[in-house]
Amino acid sequence: MYQTTMSSTISYVAVPMSYDRIISLDARRCPRPGRTRRLDGHQLTPAPRMTVRERLRQNISAAFYRHGLLCASYPVPIILFTSASILTCCYPLLKLPLPGTGPVEFTTGVRDYSIPSHESQGDLSERPDWYRGPPVAYIQQVLVKAAVSPWGNSLVPVDVFRSPLGRVFSLLDEIRNHVYTDRSLEALCLQVTDLLPGLRRMQAVLPEHGCLLVSPGNYWQNRRDLFDADPDLLKTVHQHEPKGLHTSATLRDLLFGVPGKQTGVSLYSKKRVVTYTVTIALSSYDARFVGSLRARLKQLHPSANCTLREDHMVHVHFKEEIGIAELIPLVTTYIILFAYIYFSTRKIDMVRSKWGLALAAVVTVLSSLLMSVGLCTLFGLTPTLNGGEIFPYLVVVIGLENVLVLTKSVVSTPVDLEVKLRIAQGLSNESWSIMKNMATELCIILIGYFTFVPAIQEFCLFAVVGLVSDFFLQMFFFTTVLSIDIRRMELADLNRRLPAEAGMPPPKPGTLRPRETPPPPRPSPHTITLQTPAFRNLRLPKRLRVVYFLARTRLAQRIIMVGTVIWIGILVYTDPAGLRTFLAAQVSEQSPLGEAGLPPHLGVAPVFPGGHPTSTLSVLPAPEPTPLPENQSQGHRAARPGVAPVSSPQITWGSEDEELWRRLSFRHWPSLFSYYNITLAKRYISILPVIPVTLHLSPQEAIDTRHPQDTQHAPPPPPSIKTSDLQTDLTLYKVAALGLFAGVLLVLLLFCLYRVLCPRNYGQNGVPHGRRRRGDLPCDEYGYSPPISEISPLLLRGHSMDIECLASDGMLLASCCLAGQIRVWDAQTGDCLTVIPNKGLRRSSSNGCWEHRDGWDHISAFEVEGIATDFREPGGAMGGPDVDIFAIRRRTTPARPALFGDQPDLTPLIDTNFGALPPSQALSGSGFDFGSLVEKAYQEHEPSPVLVFPPSPPASQQRRRSLGDQPVLPPELPPQSSADWDSSVWAMELRGNLIATGRSTGKLELWDAVEGSLRCSNEDGVSGITALAFLNNRIVAARLNGSLDFFTVEINKPLGLLQYRGPPGRGSLPPSPCYSSEDVISCHLTRSVQCAHQKPITVLKAAAGRVVTGSQDHTVRVYRLEDSCCLFTLQGHSGGITAIYIDQTMVLASGGQDGAICVWDVLTGSRVSHVYGHRGDVTSLVCTTSCIISSGLDDLICIWDRSTGIKLYSIQQEVGCGASLGVISENLLVTGGQGCVSFWDLNYGDLLQTVYLGPSSEGQSVRQLLVLDNAAIICDFGSELSLVYVPSVLEKLD
Amino acid sequence: MSEVSSVSRRGPYVSMITSRSVNLLIRAAMLFTVGVFLALVLNLLQVQRNVTLFPPDVISSIFSSAWWVPPCCGTAAALIGLLYPCMDRRLGEPHKLKREWSNVMRCVAVFVGINHASAKVDFANNVQLSLTLAALSVGLWWTFDRSRSGFGLGVIIAILATLATQLLVYNGVFQYTSPDFLYIRSWLPCIFFAGVITVGNIGRQLALYEYKVSQEKSHQD
Repeated sequence: MYQTTMSSTISYVAVPMSYDRIISLDARRCPRPGRTRRLDGHQLTPAPRMTVRERLRQNISAAFYRHGLLCASYPVPIILFTSASILTCCYPLLKLPLPGTGPVEFTTGVRDYSIPSHESQGDLSERPDWYRGPPVAYIQQVLVKAAVSPWGNSLVPVDVFRSPLGRVFSLLDEIRNHVYTDRSLEALCLQVTDLLPGLRRMQAVLPEHGCLLVSPGNYWQNRRDLFDADPDLLKTVHQHEPKGLHTSATLRDLLFGVPGKQTGVSLYSKKRVVTYTVTIALSSYDARFVGSLRARLKQLHPSANCTLREDHMVHVHFKEEIGIAELIPLVTTYIILFAYIYFSTRKIDMVRSKWGLALAAVVTVLSSLLMSVGLCTLFGLTPTLNGGEIFPYLVVVIGLENVLVLTKSVVSTPVDLEVKLRIAQGLSNESWSIMKNMATELCIILIGYFTFVPAIQEFCLFAVVGLVSDFFLQMFFFTTVLSIDIRRMELADLNRRLPAEAGMPPPKPGTLRPRETPPPPRPSPHTITLQTPAFRNLRLPKRLRVVYFLARTRLAQRIIMVGTVIWIGILVYTDPAGLRTFLAAQVSEQSPLGEAGLPPHLGVAPVFPGGHPTSTLSVLPAPEPTPLPENQSQGHRAARPGVAPVSSPQITWGSEDEELWRRLSFRHWPSLFSYYNITLAKRYISILPVIPVTLHLSPQEAIDTRHPQDTQHAPPPPPSIKTSDLQTDLTLYKVAALGLFAGVLLVLLLFCLYRVLCPRNYGQNGVPHGRRRRGDLPCDEYGYSPPISEISPLLLRGHSMDIECLASDGMLLASCCLAGQIRVWDAQTGDCLTVIPNKGLRRSSSNGCWEHRDGWDHISAFEVEGIATDFREPGGAMGGPDVDIFAIRRRTTPARPALFGDQPDLTPLIDTNFGALPPSQALSGSGFDFGSLVEKAYQEHEPSPVLVFPPSPPASQQRRRSLGDQPVLPPELPPQSSADWDSSVWAMELRGNLIATGRSTGKLELWDAVEGSLRCSNEDGVSGITALAFLNNRIVAARLNGSLDFFTVEINKPLGLLQYRGPPGRGSLPPSPCYSSEDVISCHLTRSVQCAHQKPITVLKAAAGRVVTGSQDHTVRVYRLEDSCCLFTLQGHSGGITAIYIDQTMVLASGGQDGAICVWDVLTGSRVSHVYGHRGDVTSLVCTTSCIISSGLDDLICIWDRSTGIKLYSIQQEVGCGASLGVISENLLVTGGQGCVSFWDLNYGDLLQTVYLGPSSEGQSVRQLLVLDNAAIICDFGSELSLVYVPSVLEKLD
Repeated sequence: MSEVSSVSRRGPYVSMITSRSVNLLIRAAMLFTVGVFLALVLNLLQVQRNVTLFPPDVISSIFSSAWWVPPCCGTAAALIGLLYPCMDRRLGEPHKLKREWSNVMRCVAVFVGINHASAKVDFANNVQLSLTLAALSVGLWWTFDRSRSGFGLGVIIAILATLATQLLVYNGVFQYTSPDFLYIRSWLPCIFFAGVITVGNIGRQLALYEYKVSQEKSHQD
């Protein structure tokens, strides 16, 4: 690994020029850790002399950068190169034997056989290393082929095997009693003891306490009389067969010693030849004894034309069997491995094709493993470990982490960069951590290597090679795949994102579309709580509930599927011989069928004399002179007439009979020995050449040995072959039908399971993570529809157009709509306190207003209401009058105390009144001077003594009073006339009861929030005010031309008159100073910083005596509030600043259009951290004491650790969700969405609740969101404001 | 915790208190299952050294010889898995290191691997075995936990568990299949330590769901 680094570092050194050029080109856009530190002019700690570590880090970073550029520039050649190298490295694997537990064979000659010594002999290279020491046993099989010939019509099917089987007993006697020079079988054979307990069932069948000698005679305890008395031989044989599917050797195979199909013990046997073996296990090999036994048997039962080879013995080595006890841990590790891979690849996010990348990641890891094995083999390190066992651990050691880190790093680079720059940046950002991890892992493995335990050393060796090849693949293969993916995403992203961004200017998205139709009146706000499915993938599965987990991952189905696959795999894997036997049997059955299908028709055809090629194999005993025992000659004599009329059984010996045991299950011998608790694992047995025995029986003998009941089996009708065909066909159909039935049942079962797990319309919601459709209750993926919550938003209506500005100081709330109308609301109750009208509305209802205003003092309130309503009707105010009045009244009446018992409720009329105000501006002088302000102020409050106040009114009543005051405020109008109605309000701030508004004409106005009167205004600037900050008695205004103006608000009034507003109970709230209406308020420009920024100032925040501005010119500036002195210019962003957060603890965070978030220390001006979190602009930033929360145009909310800058997690929101954020408490986050606000638990990233603001608000996104001190949330919602209380949090604050 | 309960007193969180105990039970049950399962599997791994090719009674012997061992392991797992997040909260240093399921899976895999190594790999002597296992266990802690509290708790529990096992053995309640007493003693504490770290990791990960679960519960009610 280090070598790789070194070489790339060297290459970097070799071409420093080009790299520097790249950097200088990209320096502005791609700040990398190493470089930007020096570019940053205001970095207070510029490392003058880099340490070795720094240099190394920078070099690594540079090398990775170059490498990323390379990979992204030439994807196809690199992928081809990588594939070629993978294949090359895997090539040695072809030579390796496939791993498996199948037995291994080794053949030696019989003649010069000697027991191999225990010492390994180097010269015998072909001798396998397991061939040492004596075998467990020598297996001698006596292969018997018997037939009744000639076959007569008088014979019944049972005769095919009854008498041939009966001959086994005499044969057994012969073998048992064979003695060669005082050696008997008893002395040589393998003595066995008890069967294993638990095999009681087999006790009657298998030999115990004696020679291990098995034959079909064991079914009848080797007693002829029992055999003769057995009425149904087939039943006896079959009753020991296990029911159902079996994978290992059955008892029938064990006793017969040949595969079941070949025994010929069947009523429908077409060949009518019975084959079985007598199997003898010898503990020691005595060549002379075996030879004499062979000679004796051959002499007794000669097999003519038998050319079986007798000169080879086969040693079969059995590997360690994977028993159930070993399988369970193995399966467990694999399950854990798959879970690991699953959970890892789930984390791949924000890419075009999640599955593609996940596949690439898995391919990377797997092929690195293969490469490591291949390379190790190439260098002569043959693996001795069990590959299947260590594989999961290797994967876990190598891990998918690097791949994921790489992906995350690349996707978090700014989107607007070119693809190859993004790749390069992502690589270089993570280069250091990747290298560090590599080094750590290598160290750990190195430590493991020095344990000097061979197994661990080997593991470590593999792991090292695997790690290095994994690194290679990551760097070349995965990076390239990633670049391709990112490139694909760019295109798709462009298509998707452009329309969404078009309507949203970044800093303060003012939607320009006028609302043509107001929302229809509705009885109550519609609120729904929900676990939004879109957030399900935000981090890792948050589900504990097993059912949901099962449903989502379809775990049950998958487990069943995987189980089936595993089962089939086990079947194929563990018993290939069995399957092969089956297939072979099928094939062999097919071919005789073809042959046997012909003879009945052509049975009499003169095939036989014609010298047909098949007849060369057939044994024709007739022409051969046989000096043999009588029965044999009888058989021959009998055979001769039988050949012509009926198809007579012919005993043939072929080369396939030489090693008939090969066609048995390879478990045959292990299972036979395991019954006696003898393991063959890692040991071998030697199989001696078979002794062929041919038995010919006469029909008469067959008839003699018949059991009385045998004849009850009806002889098969002449077309017996046909029926047997039919029989097999029928069984086939039965099996097929059964299978079909089982399949249907399984499907039904799965379906039921599915319905149970997913009770509702799961899977029918179209896009699973897509947006919810309105109307129906939003339900999540599983059809889980949450109940209605208790949180209900309070809708504040009255604005006719979309709300542009929102300001609050905790008690009051000021809002300004696009029409320029400012409304002041009570933040506690939602009452509309004041409406500061604008010209547009006045114009719309111009005529007749004067009379109306004149009569205000006289007309009773009821009439006013009526008239007002009338006025609003022709005025064509955007919101219908019913709606407005209804809404306000509904909101206010319940909370209203019986204040003026004798007076009607006037509050619903307020807006109406102001909407009907006459255009007084035209009449009054447009001039505005501070000198006249005093008089005006006096004039304004002349009528106020008219009203009778309660002696000590509580705050709310005070406000009511002022409400009631408003109708009698005609003198207020002159100052209003000086207000600038032509321009729109761009910025607004609220402190105490003063509203500061900044207009597009550059005018700053101060309004009285309670009385709705203009207190002063300042027109010193001409450029539009884009942002305002109101702190203490200072107002800072940022202008479109980049200048920054500092104003001071002076209150000409003794300080003692300053009163504090707010009910006494709310002691915890910071009291806001209240400027009483008698005060003379003046506002003058103290300092104007002309070129604060080169470009328009987008953000302005003030806290802790500092004013922070962010601008399009990529810089952030910090000013001191007192003396408006610029303290720092913070550089580091590569895009315009879009969001700034500063709080009392002097922590400053800024987010820019480059998607970067910088955290600064305001005291020193140094950058604490710099992270890329978003593709596209950072739209909003909030901090808590422990973390930073940012939201971006990519609909992602990221939560960062404040001290370390590490991303804790991110929340993917729906597309087009608002980017507004608010923190209610230390661990409660509010985000605005499409017509809803969501509450999140910050500690865990869980969605707590989503509150819908209205039922028909699709497309209306919450753009601004304010968190009030009383834990209420106010957010804009089209032309409405929504006040959401979080009751529980409210409780907590108390 | 206090915040949670205060939040739960109002509004939609009314049923949170009851569901929290339910949630606790669910977590405990899951941890118990994990513990039992791991105990069975690891026991199988240890038993494997002595089994023959076709042991007909391996499974039965596991369940019969010391039937109370897996439940004990399960209970211990439940306790430890609940203890870890609780302790994190008490000490106020939440477990920040890579709280992801993939990491937990990795941790479990490494734990099984350690067991596998202790069962399968032939070591020259017990000191070597002990040292290797100890290094592996500490490596496990460093990779997946890295919290001091986790380390301390792990060490304490490992020591206690080893002591308890030894006491049981001395009193003859429980005996090892393998007579090599020293051998057993050498690997036991390391395995215990690694197990505690692993189960603690799982428990912490499960504790992440607390809010979610209680929320769902409250919806169901």
